[in-house]
Amino acid sequence: MRALRDFIADGQALSRHRPWPRAVVGRDVWERAIVLLQEERATLLALWGERDAVHLALADDTPPLILSFACEGGRYPSVGQRHAPAIRLERALHDLTGIVPEGLADMRPWLDHGRWPVRHPLGERQRGRALPPYAFLANEGESLHQIPVGPVHAGIIEPGHFRFTASGETVVRLEQRLGYTHKGVEALMAGRSLGGAARLAGRVSGDSTVSYAYAFARAVEAALDIEVPPRAVWLRALMAELERLANHFGDIGAICNDAAFALLHAQCGLLREHVLRAADACFGHRLMMDRVVPGGVAADLAPEGGQAIGGLLTHVRRHFPELIELYDNTASLQDRTAGTGVLCAELARRFGAGGYVGRASGRGVDARRRPGYPPYDRLAFDVPVRNEGDVDARVWIRIREVEQSVALVEQLLHGLPAGPIRGAAPAAAGEVREGAALVEGFRGDVFAWVRVAADGRVERCHLRDPSWFQWPLLEAAIEGNIVADFPLCNKSFNCSYSGHDL
Amino acid sequence: MRRLLFKNLLRKPLTEPAPQADAGARAQLAGAADLAQRPPLGRTIAIREIDAGSCNGCELEIHALGNVLYDLERFGIRFVASPRHADVLLVTGPVSANMREGLARTYDATPHPKWVVAVGECARNGGAFAGGYACLGGVAAVLPVDLHIDGCPPSPTALLEGLLALLERVENGAATAAAQELAPNG
Repeated sequence: MRALRDFIADGQALSRHRPWPRAVVGRDVWERAIVLLQEERATLLALWGERDAVHLALADDTPPLILSFACEGGRYPSVGQRHAPAIRLERALHDLTGIVPEGLADMRPWLDHGRWPVRHPLGERQRGRALPPYAFLANEGESLHQIPVGPVHAGIIEPGHFRFTASGETVVRLEQRLGYTHKGVEALMAGRSLGGAARLAGRVSGDSTVSYAYAFARAVEAALDIEVPPRAVWLRALMAELERLANHFGDIGAICNDAAFALLHAQCGLLREHVLRAADACFGHRLMMDRVVPGGVAADLAPEGGQAIGGLLTHVRRHFPELIELYDNTASLQDRTAGTGVLCAELARRFGAGGYVGRASGRGVDARRRPGYPPYDRLAFDVPVRNEGDVDARVWIRIREVEQSVALVEQLLHGLPAGPIRGAAPAAAGEVREGAALVEGFRGDVFAWVRVAADGRVERCHLRDPSWFQWPLLEAAIEGNIVADFPLCNKSFNCSYSGHDL
Repeated sequence: MRRLLFKNLLRKPLTEPAPQADAGARAQLAGAADLAQRPPLGRTIAIREIDAGSCNGCELEIHALGNVLYDLERFGIRFVASPRHADVLLVTGPVSANMREGLARTYDATPHPKWVVAVGECARNGGAFAGGYACLGGVAAVLPVDLHIDGCPPSPTALLEGLLALLERVENGAATAAAQELAPNG
């Protein structure tokens, strides 16, 4: 079997796509790509569509590439029928564009709940229509009962519906029904200025606002050949690591809270608050929204920012080790997390699961390393990996990543270059340009693809959250666990609803 | 664990002083419709939070209200799991079309008297998501809103200032006086 690279040679490569190649391919190459995915010799990065074409982003050990299939008659050979991770992507693609994946068995609507005034908002628009009630998968057997949960949950959480089928206390099947927070981001993106689109990108998933703005900016900069000043490159990474720290502290605490261990929740909540206040002191916004923009960053490190971060690092180094010890030595807590919600390495690999979900199940992939982007090529850090695949392992990955991020923040602050934080405003290229980027958020790799029109506005943009490949794995991980352990498993995955629903 | 607990017992509380109730929020609440029909609730409110399509940024800051520095519960304000137990619905997001029914049904499930607080720019007017096919453009498109707390997302302090104004309103004399005015006739 030939390498992924040859696929480009077999198709029509497009010259204006950066930094990775994109080629329009025929049916035979498309089918070969599906086989490659099926045989797990490549990972599915993204699959999205527009009015008359579908695009498939793949990666193996070499940098990613994008294959495009022109859909004559509004159809294309389904990837999902042979590679399960693509199923939900194809259902969403069909809802948004009307393009039909040939051969896909599960054609139930995914994002379209029959509540929009239009059908196929990114394709040939039609008037919206009501849909019959969603057909959940059948479960047959003696003494099974169903527990419907959501979309409005008991806590302060995003909306989604979970349909449990249980036998006594044991979960036989979990089926997710998502799409409740669909805001039509991709349709809103079309025609926006780069600045306006960056603002939207930063609101796809609020907890990853830096990562999304970062990925979008990098895709735009690739498309338009924009050079980013070194100081801005380093400040972006600083923001990204602060975001990772804040989210990991929040998650570690919340997982313990779902095991009714409030002490760690309180302590981690305090650490999270310290990070957010330091971010506010440094960049003027607690979540650092709208701080990463195409061409650079919108806010320089405040004069007192270095001190705020220094104080934060000292505080974390002093207090976090005793919390780790507490987590490790509390038997009642370990009893809940160890061995719970096991995700096997095989599934994590097949779905290309990123972030702590993948790393807790043996998949040590990190976009900061591969394909990699500056300034991480000049920073020293480890990507922790464990093989247990349970809630406990996902907590430990977060703990280890906190330690790595603390070291990274220190390196970033220490090596921060002087100079401007923003280059010249991105100018229209006078021709259509395309770019793609992959950025490691706290949850995993965020993929961004953008086509910039000749006038410098966004023509089409696709943003793929890491949760697309993690949500289905949660369905697998919960099987055979007790219903009461679901919050624990769910929190240990902490998938984004908004990022997924887009 | 004992060591950590003991240490925390001995040190001063980390909780910060309460902010003042926000004047703008007070003014908004003074103008709330059908004030007289809603008897005072006393010095406590139970909140049911509803994400109606937010990006989850507002949820992060609402969560932060529970940390030891803001300690929301010291004011008698707490989050409850069911709308049946709620006095206040705290709604975020531009109201996605897919959440419209969930939001409306949660409101219907909440007993009277009830108050609706819309949190964040999206909940006021759709924010960055206004104008699309998938959003209704703010909470007021579906529910009567008593108070908007602005920000993208509002900081925990801004949330507290708004909620303290609400707490004043639900317990204080204005509503009581209005209710008494009605009393002779009914």
